[in-house]
Amino acid sequence: MADRHLEPDTPELRARWGAWTWNADNAAKVPGIIARYPEGRQRSAVMPLLDLAQRQIGAETQTQGWLPIPVMEFIARELDMPVIRVVEVASFYTMYNLVPVGRFHVQVCGTTPCMLRGSDDLLTACKARGMSKGHNSADGLWTLTEVECMGNCASAPMVQINDDNYEDLTAERLNFVLDELAAGREPKAGTQEPGRHTVEPVGALSTLKQMVSENHDYRGEW
Amino acid sequence: MPKVTVDGVELEVPQGATVLQACELAGKEIPRFCYHERLSIAGNCRMCLVEVAPGPPKPQASCALPAAEGQNIRTDSEMVKKAREGVMEFLLINHPLDCPICDQGGECDLQDQSVAYGRGASRYDEHKRAVTEKYMGPLIKTTMTRCIHCTRCVRFSEEVAGVDEIGALYRGESMQITTYLEKAAHHEMSANVIDLCPVGALTSKPYAFEARPWELKKTLGIDVSDATGANIRIDSRGREVLRVLPRINDDVNEEWISDKARYQVDGLTKRRLDRPWIRRDGKLVAATWDEAFAAIAKVKPGASVAAVAGDLLDCETQFAAKKLLGALGSSLLEGRQTGMDYDVSSLAAVNFNSTFSGIETADAILIVGSNVRWEAPLVNVRLRKAVKKGAKVFLVGQEWETTFGGEFLGEDLSVLGNLPAHVSEALSKAERPAVILGGAALAKGALGAGLGLVGQFNLVRDGWNGFNVLHLAAARMGGLMLGFAQKGGIADLVAAKPKLVFSLGADEMDFAKFSDSIVVYVGHHGDKGAHAADIILPAAAYTEKAGTYVNTEGRVQFAEKAVFAPGDAREDWTILRALADALGVVVGFDSFDELRAAMVAEVPALGVEDLADYGALPAGGGSAEGAFGYPIKDFYLTNPIARASEVMQRCSAELLHGEDFAEAAE
Repeated sequence: MADRHLEPDTPELRARWGAWTWNADNAAKVPGIIARYPEGRQRSAVMPLLDLAQRQIGAETQTQGWLPIPVMEFIARELDMPVIRVVEVASFYTMYNLVPVGRFHVQVCGTTPCMLRGSDDLLTACKARGMSKGHNSADGLWTLTEVECMGNCASAPMVQINDDNYEDLTAERLNFVLDELAAGREPKAGTQEPGRHTVEPVGALSTLKQMVSENHDYRGEW
Repeated sequence: MPKVTVDGVELEVPQGATVLQACELAGKEIPRFCYHERLSIAGNCRMCLVEVAPGPPKPQASCALPAAEGQNIRTDSEMVKKAREGVMEFLLINHPLDCPICDQGGECDLQDQSVAYGRGASRYDEHKRAVTEKYMGPLIKTTMTRCIHCTRCVRFSEEVAGVDEIGALYRGESMQITTYLEKAAHHEMSANVIDLCPVGALTSKPYAFEARPWELKKTLGIDVSDATGANIRIDSRGREVLRVLPRINDDVNEEWISDKARYQVDGLTKRRLDRPWIRRDGKLVAATWDEAFAAIAKVKPGASVAAVAGDLLDCETQFAAKKLLGALGSSLLEGRQTGMDYDVSSLAAVNFNSTFSGIETADAILIVGSNVRWEAPLVNVRLRKAVKKGAKVFLVGQEWETTFGGEFLGEDLSVLGNLPAHVSEALSKAERPAVILGGAALAKGALGAGLGLVGQFNLVRDGWNGFNVLHLAAARMGGLMLGFAQKGGIADLVAAKPKLVFSLGADEMDFAKFSDSIVVYVGHHGDKGAHAADIILPAAAYTEKAGTYVNTEGRVQFAEKAVFAPGDAREDWTILRALADALGVVVGFDSFDELRAAMVAEVPALGVEDLADYGALPAGGGSAEGAFGYPIKDFYLTNPIARASEVMQRCSAELLHGEDFAEAAE
């Protein structure tokens, strides 16, 4: 995150993105998104619109999409708000990409629970495939980012790729997922542990055993 | 009114006060960085932690905590001391230890508070964060590694200036304060962020590495760059004024000043007239005072003499000139250089009667012929405050970029006699309706039509006077009080064909009309007036003489002398006094005190530092029509001092005319 930066504002960037506008589908969605917010508070729509723009750019460029400065200016005009406020939002949330990314944005969680469960192996596996943190791979397929907790600690370690989470990973399972993605298939999202469906306990219960049969009040035992 | 206890002392605080304000009322100093009285509360520096019971058993940010009945607040407990030390240590983690080369050194909140509340030594030995510097224009120098993310600058530009251009990008440790795409800050009040910055992240670019605060002599002055009469502190060292800072005066400038007031002072050392000059064979030749006085005496004007007062003049100079002309038998005095001839039989009709702090409370405002942002940036700030409180603003004139919205009703003054229905309705339904007439409207003869609105919308009511005239010249109201106005304006002076014309720092007048007169320029800068003069007498600028100024609200204010005028230049009143001798007349004063006493005897209001009372508004009448332009074509270059200033020239070229100044690599 520390190395997030805006793509420099160059004439080439302006030439490429200066005339960017919504495609027909999205143009139809925009009024509905803006209407979700109360009168006079339309600026609140900046986050969904930035996301929409990023997705449209993703579709146009066969990647996960990103937000060039002229596009942020476009959204500022759409919502009649100062550009700097749009840039503040876009640069605050890591969900918005400020520089071009590959087709698959591999976000490896490196926070403590995932680290204890082996996220270092996942990063090593990614690097072995030619990815490096904060960069796009040469074939344009991969962008690797190490992120903080994604809230999947019960099925750590996990990786978020585009809109899907892949959990209970090992290096082999991650490599399988990445191979499938590269081949254009859609691997199963969620936990990769055979027999596990979501984040239910693996094996026998180790805690809250008395809750299995009834709603037990543990408070007296604390 | 909640009762709280601060360090064992019980006191009552106003409803809505914060714990921080309660502590201040109790006389306790609360350290703070992000909190500022005139900005919204951010609560992000955490320096103002205090212990409050009842409440969570941890220190609380007092700036964002409302004072409530029965609170027991401790600012002197061990917990508070430790909390402050902890916060200070965190703030200093990424702050560079470069105080010896930092311009803020000596007047730095972080420095002062780390001495007062810090733990004395750092335990941090990791790498410090570094941030690239940001370009914020010709006035603001940035060293963003020093930034502690208080966001005062962001809140100032958004809330007070009304120009969203500074923001905080990224987040957490990587947060950076910057202008959008590092463009120059683009408004008339931009440099106030330098005063607001509690550390050395934003410092003054023209003043960079000039002086340390303890080397400077501080003099209380009044700004003359516009007619608002902002209270300033003139910081000088030796004979040079190094910088100008605002003083706090809630009635006038709160604690802001315009960039022009702040940065025109480098013009005080350039293009100065530092010796008398006499025109011989069409060329100005350096002369001595004796030669210059002899040349003037040789004119033998008798009573055929006129005086035109410039825009920057103090009342004393104008009074001395009035006395001199009076002794010679003339009353041809005029201060409205550009030829305006509005009726001045009632000064209430040409005064900003609502006062600046009053206009904030107006709820419907009609601005006629004034680009307030350029003509009086400090009034513009008040208008923005009024609009934020819900006021509706309508403007007549060419469109300009307001910072408060507002609706433009067209460029033609005839709209005054035929206001659109919704405008009339807003004004007549308002509890505190106001009209502001600008210089452009006065020049077009709209004063009568403007006064007509007083009756139409009942602008004057109990405790409220909504009729305002916004002047452009610092000398205007003082000059009018002293009678520097002819019925027909400066045209009366031209018609009188005076043998001798004194131009008292008047640079904007049309000298061609006085081609048959001997023009004596008494002023401080080699500007238009000096170019047209036959004899030049070097005088003092506003920082070089004590004086009385009356701002556009009729507020009488005194300024002190900060430095001496350069070379052979003298204070204006001494020149006029010596001229009396040269012309063989008696003016009746020999010292500044005598001069001021004589002036106060004649116009008592000039002796009291307060709003002058001009009586009731006269009846209006008449109509106005026609489109008009605004008098100020270039905000940064409106007076001879600013025109001589390199900083103002650069601001004009870069900010108004879009010239690009490449930054030299450092």
